[in-house]
Amino acid sequence: MSQPDTPLVEVRGLRKHFGDHEVLRSIDLTVRRGEVVTVIGPSGSGKTTLLRALNGLETPDGGEIVFDGGPDLDFAHPIGNEHRYALRNRSAMVFQAYNLFPNKTVLQNITEGPVRVKGVPRARAIAEADALLDRVGLLEKRDAYPYQLSGGQQQRVGIVRALALAPDLLLFDEPTSALDPELVGDVLKVMKELAEEGWTMVVVTHELSFARQVADEVVFIDGGVVVERGHPSKIFTAPAEPRTAQFLDRLLRPLE
Amino acid sequence: MTVDWELFLSSFWPILVGGITGTIPLTIISFTVGLFIALGIALMRLSNIRVLKAIGWFYVSVIRGTPLLVQLFFIFYALPNMGVLLDPWPSAVLAFSLNVGGYAAEVIRAAILSVPRGQWEAGYTIGYSNTQTLWRVILPQAARVAVPPLSNTFISLVKDTSLASIVLVTELFRVARQIATFTSEFVLIYLEAALIYWLICLALGAAQGVLEKRLSRYVAA
Repeated sequence: MSQPDTPLVEVRGLRKHFGDHEVLRSIDLTVRRGEVVTVIGPSGSGKTTLLRALNGLETPDGGEIVFDGGPDLDFAHPIGNEHRYALRNRSAMVFQAYNLFPNKTVLQNITEGPVRVKGVPRARAIAEADALLDRVGLLEKRDAYPYQLSGGQQQRVGIVRALALAPDLLLFDEPTSALDPELVGDVLKVMKELAEEGWTMVVVTHELSFARQVADEVVFIDGGVVVERGHPSKIFTAPAEPRTAQFLDRLLRPLE
Repeated sequence: MTVDWELFLSSFWPILVGGITGTIPLTIISFTVGLFIALGIALMRLSNIRVLKAIGWFYVSVIRGTPLLVQLFFIFYALPNMGVLLDPWPSAVLAFSLNVGGYAAEVIRAAILSVPRGQWEAGYTIGYSNTQTLWRVILPQAARVAVPPLSNTFISLVKDTSLASIVLVTELFRVARQIATFTSEFVLIYLEAALIYWLICLALGAAQGVLEKRLSRYVAA
């Protein structure tokens, strides 16, 4: 492993458009090992697109994504599937809508990647999956199908599925947005524990309490650019940019 | 009119054997081959490559826009003039497979599209290739959607195989025709043939129910 302070991934000048709409206009982002970066911003600001680009689910039009140890991608040139696989070899995504495989049991959802892609022996993959499920309090659900679980349980399985791939970078795309309010806490608690354990995470979220308590850095994106970034204590109490202040205000006092 | 029960019983077995050795294997083989053709055509129509899309569209259009009997006659009677001489059985299998391929392609295409985009992405994020995601995630879920309409195609095929009797394939209806011609008992023998087709289709309907239930085991009731 490299120095703890070397960036795990650096994003430089990332650009992406859908039709006429420029979703990302030159985004820079640096994530160090063990760091939790929270990305906030209005819907349509490009934050999800940025996250998906890190997992090879979107192909940027320009800019670079450089992981320490590879891949080192410059999107000025067309990239192939092998580059997308390389990105996914380093990162794993937790989706807003969980996206568990409904035709597979909880255990199969988790072991599929390690066994079929990473070549982990099945017995070991199952043992590791069981240990992870036990951690998030879902061991007794290992043979259930996703439809038999609540949203909060499905999302915890989604997190375990990502963890089981042993990625260097965990990506969370609004992981609690689809959940009933009373189920949000269970998921955030798991994420907080992962942060404390030293996992490197990029979290797109509207959960400001999570950002405030857990994040090492908050990045505010609006209109496809990084408007402001900094430690949560600074961003949330004394934002430098008016747009940041305005966004936070709307989030905290929606009725006024 | 009196019913010649003796003839009914003595002809039942030969006609049924025609079904078991002709109709059923012809249906199963053609349908299986046809499904692979259909999957290929469906994937072509879903691909981003314009030429493949166009070929897939053209194929479906031709198969659905021309009579099955014409397709069968073309393969059996016209291809020999172009230097391709096929025996009755391979001719029939080829015609029916190509035909199923055209119809089932649209079913499979729609079924694949019915699986949410997020399932592809979940496959990708765990490191699956396109092909792995297709076979391990998308198609199992698409199958649940595709089984009822594909069962229609299958049951139609059981009956359509009677056309093979015209290109000299010994199957249920050809046996019935031979007996009918020999005995001149057209009403009795053709009703009997219809009855046996119906029994086969009833059995298939029951099998469809079992399959649908099995494929829905992971879906909330």
